Amino acid sequence: MIGIIDYGVGNLFSLKSSFEAIGEEVFVSGDTTELSRADGLILPGVGAFADAAQKLRDSGLDKFVREAAQNGTPLMGICLGMQLLFEKSFEYGEHEGLGLLKGQVVPMNGSLPSDLKIPHIGWNGLNIADNTCPLFRNIKDGDCVYFVHSFYAEGCEDSLAATTEYGKELTAAVAKGNVYGCQFHPEKSGTVGLEILRTFSNISKNA
Amino acid sequence: MITKRIIPCLDVRNGRVVKGVNFEGLSDVSSPVELGKYYSDCGADELVFYDITASAEGRALFTDILTQVAKTIFIPLTVGGGINTLDDFDRVLKCGADKVSVNSGAIRNPGLITEAAQKYGDQCVVISADVKRVDGVFRVFAKGGRENTGMEAISWIKSCVDRGAGEVVLNSIDTDGVKGGFDLEMLKAVSDAVNVPVIASGGAGCIEDFVTLFHTLPKVDAGLAASIFHFGEVQIPDLKKVLRENNINVRL
Repeated sequence: MIGIIDYGVGNLFSLKSSFEAIGEEVFVSGDTTELSRADGLILPGVGAFADAAQKLRDSGLDKFVREAAQNGTPLMGICLGMQLLFEKSFEYGEHEGLGLLKGQVVPMNGSLPSDLKIPHIGWNGLNIADNTCPLFRNIKDGDCVYFVHSFYAEGCEDSLAATTEYGKELTAAVAKGNVYGCQFHPEKSGTVGLEILRTFSNISKNA
Repeated sequence: MITKRIIPCLDVRNGRVVKGVNFEGLSDVSSPVELGKYYSDCGADELVFYDITASAEGRALFTDILTQVAKTIFIPLTVGGGINTLDDFDRVLKCGADKVSVNSGAIRNPGLITEAAQKYGDQCVVISADVKRVDGVFRVFAKGGRENTGMEAISWIKSCVDRGAGEVVLNSIDTDGVKGGFDLEMLKAVSDAVNVPVIASGGAGCIEDFVTLFHTLPKVDAGLAASIFHFGEVQIPDLKKVLRENNINVRL
């Protein structure tokens, strides 16, 4: 059973529906007792890093997520949820993340060729950096997934699982032990995305 | 590198897709859910649902339908039509839309773009503009292309982007329905003026029109069409294959 962590950020409708579509049991909750029953946890997120990090802290869910991950529960951050896994973000200031993964989140603005549009929106190919990453068991190099973001993770070489080319190689996915992250939206990435969610569900069941 | 997007647009009235559709193998050719799934399965990169309902009952029905579509199809969904307030944004986003397209609502109240972008993010707000040449000047038309607002189109679109619109759908009234190709001159003027994705709409008649679009204007991000897809004149898998053969990067 997959638990989607609800901390008041973003719309969880599509994410929940996508697990339902692949026949996985799923629930949305902000309650730690309920969430602790899940085999695997999804940390979603859209919007601003500082606001989301604050909401996680205010709800006490930051502590819960950190502990669950340290206790071996499979955890997958999606989009901003992935960015929150890192030590810090430089999105309009400097903000602390969950620190589950080494690395930081930085703006595209100023570090990409100036003719590229920001945000990076659309379907882009995955370049799988770590062939042993269980999340990509059924995914081919070059498979396209859907991105919407203006900031990206860097300094995360030790967890880098896939990149995507947009002016330079941007972090597309990370994995370290039981902690996973996708910068893209698997719930909006057609069959490829659903396959990644299915794989995460299977990882969770077998954890 | 990011791929060029192919986007079918479905007009929905009272819960049904209008502009008859002509497909084999669909049990209900005017069901938005079935058609959406059909397009998603054959490789559409995004779907646009346009609510052309006039009544409150029709609007409620549209919202129900959208929820069903969003439960079935896992590619980005854009919704337009009848978006006049933040509550309208809220209504369709809660049903699973990813982006909301505004047109007449933004003409009446440009502040809607600012408020929506602040609340939901730039990536969520699409400005859709119906544009037509009047005495050699690009003018913005409102109310489904019936009313000349008198506004110059390029500066209008730029002002919308400055307010936070994250994407532009440019529909050329001059080429719409003619099937003689996209309005390259108008699209160039817009894509040179803004630094957000531009979606070309109006005029596609065949596969070659998309090849010409992306070759001539590499800054255009997507091609949108309705009837040529609905009537099967252009099949999306064929279109993408030809684009790929012409070195245009698409998702296969």
